[in-house]
Parts: sequence; structure tokens; C-alpha cells
Amino acid sequence: MSNIEFSLAELLIVAGAEAWRHDGEVMGTGIGPLPRIAVSLAKASFNPKLATTDGECWYTSDPLPPGMKVADVEVEGWSPYERVFSGLWGGRRHAMGAPVQLDRFGQSNISAIGDHAKPKAAMLGARGFPGNSIHHPNSFFFPQHTTRAFVAGEVDYVCSAGYNPARYPGGKFPAGLDLRLIVTELAVLDFRGKNHAIRVRSLHPGVSLEQVCDNTGFPLERPETIPTTPAPTAEQLALIARLDPRSVRKTVLKNDPPGIRQESAA
Amino acid sequence: MTDMTTLDKRLTVEEIAGRLKNGMTIGIGGWATRRKPMALVRAIARSNLKDLTIVSYGGPDVGILAAAGKIRKLIFAFVSLDHYPLEPHFRNARQAGALQILELDEGMLHWGLRAAAMRMPFLPTRIGIGTDLLKQPELSNRVTSPFADGEEFVALPALKLDAALLHVHRSDARGNVLTLSPDPFFDELFARAADATYVTAEKIVPTAELNLPANARYNLVERALITGVAEQKFGAHPTSAAPDYQLDLKHLKIYTESAASPEAWAAYRASFVDVPSAAYLAAAGGEEAVSTLPKPFY
Repeated sequence: MSNIEFSLAELLIVAGAEAWRHDGEVMGTGIGPLPRIAVSLAKASFNPKLATTDGECWYTSDPLPPGMKVADVEVEGWSPYERVFSGLWGGRRHAMGAPVQLDRFGQSNISAIGDHAKPKAAMLGARGFPGNSIHHPNSFFFPQHTTRAFVAGEVDYVCSAGYNPARYPGGKFPAGLDLRLIVTELAVLDFRGKNHAIRVRSLHPGVSLEQVCDNTGFPLERPETIPTTPAPTAEQLALIARLDPRSVRKTVLKNDPPGIRQESAA
Repeated sequence: MTDMTTLDKRLTVEEIAGRLKNGMTIGIGGWATRRKPMALVRAIARSNLKDLTIVSYGGPDVGILAAAGKIRKLIFAFVSLDHYPLEPHFRNARQAGALQILELDEGMLHWGLRAAAMRMPFLPTRIGIGTDLLKQPELSNRVTSPFADGEEFVALPALKLDAALLHVHRSDARGNVLTLSPDPFFDELFARAADATYVTAEKIVPTAELNLPANARYNLVERALITGVAEQKFGAHPTSAAPDYQLDLKHLKIYTESAASPEAWAAYRASFVDVPSAAYLAAAGGEEAVSTLPKPFY
């Protein structure tokens, strides 16, 4: 291990950027500040072909830092919502969203907690999640890894489709269903287990497998050896500072904790 | 010269609200906090209209109409204030079980309007497959491809509107409109899906001033689709009508706080809804303040 200091937010940004490494020339969408900085890092380092927007309707040549105006950077394209839909239906996009719940099938919920007709908590509505989920690759981001987020059974209202054979005629998954990474405050998970089961891909420094499993409401596949999530390099930290000059990343996680946990909390 | 006397479509906001009827299905243009016809929404909130079905990429338009008890059924993909992701009046109404709903995906809503625009009973789509959206009776029908692939699709019913309400930047008296903002959203489809389309315009100008040879790309739809037009400067406030003015985040905060209690809503309503437009603008900080709002970050 090197002795470079980094925050947990920076670790998650670096882990999240990996989602887009092999995507080539697609629209990269990170929803929320850390996924947005993550896609910016991917574009600014290993996948410069990515196309990213200002969150409104302009593609920018360089990733637009959170809290900065599109007028301050070079615009390279137009992205009104109609074009976003047309493009995503064609599959040339990879989004990382931050749902409220996710289940063992990778189904996620951003609509409502409790009964859908009279929810205990009404949230956004399904937004574009149903269409996104069966048309292009999707990854997920969870700033809190708890059994309330990673639920037992199924999520309260399935907004994005997952690998749940009971929901498809003949159990056949849609051709465009392609779930990739789940980046959480504790670990990186993927869907490379048996029949797309969710698998522990790496553990963040100082986090135990037990801690991840205890905070997940369903069984996770555990490979025999699980690597530690790679720490950011000095180059990556410098890039992140440039991509987020207003340090929005420091405001996302409570108390902006360090990237290497001390003894895992009891 | 063509006789244009019968083509004067100018109305007031109150006259537009007066043409709507109980139980109508009304589509509202714009997107969340952008270019919502808020002056028209407030006029509906003040009216005796009831039992409306509202179709919207929802923002404070849905919130105000929900708080005012005007919505029987809501057809939506989200309701959000962007910077305040959860719309508090929408939440209150949903959590009270006060709204019948049809929850769609954003692209599905687009597709349903397009079906209505093409006078098709439905359009096939893959969207919704694998999700709980399909548990809704409106989305229970399937169609099978007649071609070799044999794929099964969701039959998405047309979202036919009795009326569409839109906010534009410029119009002439005949309803030739310009939407100058960088994203026109799905306003064109709302107009095409509706039996009647009413717009508020920041400014009504002589036709020549629209400079259509230069501005053709901002011309949302042909005028035959526009039933009535009301001049309403700042008619989208507190949502944005960029480039003319930006989202009013300060007002949005006041608005979100009005969902805290029935008394808070009554106070908001008295200051900002049950008032003539000049008083509204003064209460919202005045022309100068609204014209110079900073551009928000997304």
C-alpha cells in the first residue's frame, strides 16, 4: 500500500469510473454528484471517447465540473430529452443511478416505499428507469450500504428491471438487460455470479466481508479470493481535484470520511 | 391581403381556464422546473374546476394542483423540483392516497402522446417489461410481432388529451409560436395529442417580429394546433423560461415550505395563488429580481 491519503468519496469515484472503462463511444451518465465525477474521471483518463452532458441538454468537450456553468466550457453537442430517449433506445448509453432500494435480482426502486396506491413514502416516480434498464448497460451507486437499501425479497416497487426470471415470458431476459457494477460505501459488487447473481467484486480498504454481508438483505456470492478495491493513484486524485474544483465530493458522505477504515466499526 | 380578423386567438389566462371543464384530461408541457405554464396552473387552482386527469413531466404544476384538490388522476413518470428532488405537495397527496395514478416511464409518456398525436390507439414498446409498471390495468395488454421474431410487446395506450397547456416565449395573435429555450421537451407532442392547445407567451408580437426565416427551428408546431394564446410575462415563474429568465430557487424554497401544514399552504395560496398576476409578480420579488435570476446548476 502506498501512503497517499484519500477520502472515501475519492475511492468511490475511482471505483465508479471503472464502470465506463470498456464502453467506447457512448453517452456516459452519472446521476448524482459522485457518479457524475466518476464518469468525468473515466472520460478524462481511460475512456476519452465518452460523451457527457451538463445535466441539462448540452454535451461538453471536457466534463463539466459539478456546480460550474456550461457557459464556462466548450459545448460539443446537443442533448434535448427527445434525443436522450432516442439514443438510449438504441443502446449507446451507460448510466449509473442511485436508487433507494435494490434486490438480489438487481431490480431497483425510486418510486415508493410501502403500498403503491398509498405509499408510506412517495419518492420520485419511475423516471426513465424502466426504459433504461432494458435498453443499455446500467450500474448503481449506494452512498449507504444497509439492509434497508439492499432488501430481502423484492424491492417495494420494481422501477428498473433485473435478472428475475419470474418476470419474463419463458424466463428469458430482455436482450438489452445488462447490469454491470454496484459501487457502495463498503464494497464493489457485480452481477457475475451464477445466473447473474450479485457477487462481491472487491472490498474497500478496512472493510470485512462479514460487514458487507451483515448489511445486505440477501445472500451475496463470495469468490474464494476477494481483492481490495484499488486505492486512487496520485494522478487520479489530481484529476479528481481538477474535475471537481468546488469540492462537491466532500459534501456527499457524512463527515467526508477517510478512504481507509480503521478497525471496522463494531 | 389575407383577412386575419378571424384568426385572432388572443385570450386572457382566466378565459383559458374558463374554457376547461370538469373531468377533462389536461396535458401540461415543460419538464419539472422548466417552462411550466404556471400562471395557467394558478388560474386553474383558483377556479371551480375539479376531477381533472393531469398528464405531466411533473414539477410544481402538479404540486399546486394536487394541493388545491384539482386532480382526480395523475399520469406521470416523475414529479420533482430538481433541486428539491421530492415534490412535497405531490408527496402529501400520494401518501394520503388522494390520487388515482398511472405511473409511466419518461419515454413511455412520450410514446403515449405520440400514439395520440398519430391517432393510433396504441404503440408497441418494450418499456415496462420486467417492472411493476405493468401491474397497472392500463398497461395489461400485449401485442405479438407478426414477423419472424415473434417478440411480445407492451401495448401502450394513446394518451389522448382534451387540452394541452404550454408556455412559449413568443407568439403572434394567430398562434405562431417560438419556444426559444435550449430544450423544447415534448411540448410539440402535447399539442398534437390534444383537441385544444392553449399557450401563454412571454410576449405577443407582430408576425414579422417572430423572424421565422431565422427562427424556424424554434417554431414548436404549426398554428392550426394552437387554439388560444394569452400574453403572460413571467408566466412560467417560479420555473424557468430561459433564455428570458431562470429558475427562482428562492421562491422554490418558499413553495416547498408551504407543504408543511394546511396553514402554510393557505398562507402561500393567499400570497401567490389567489392574486392577480401583477400582485403575484410583486410578491415574487418584482420584475427586476425575476429578470436577473442566476442560472441554476443541474
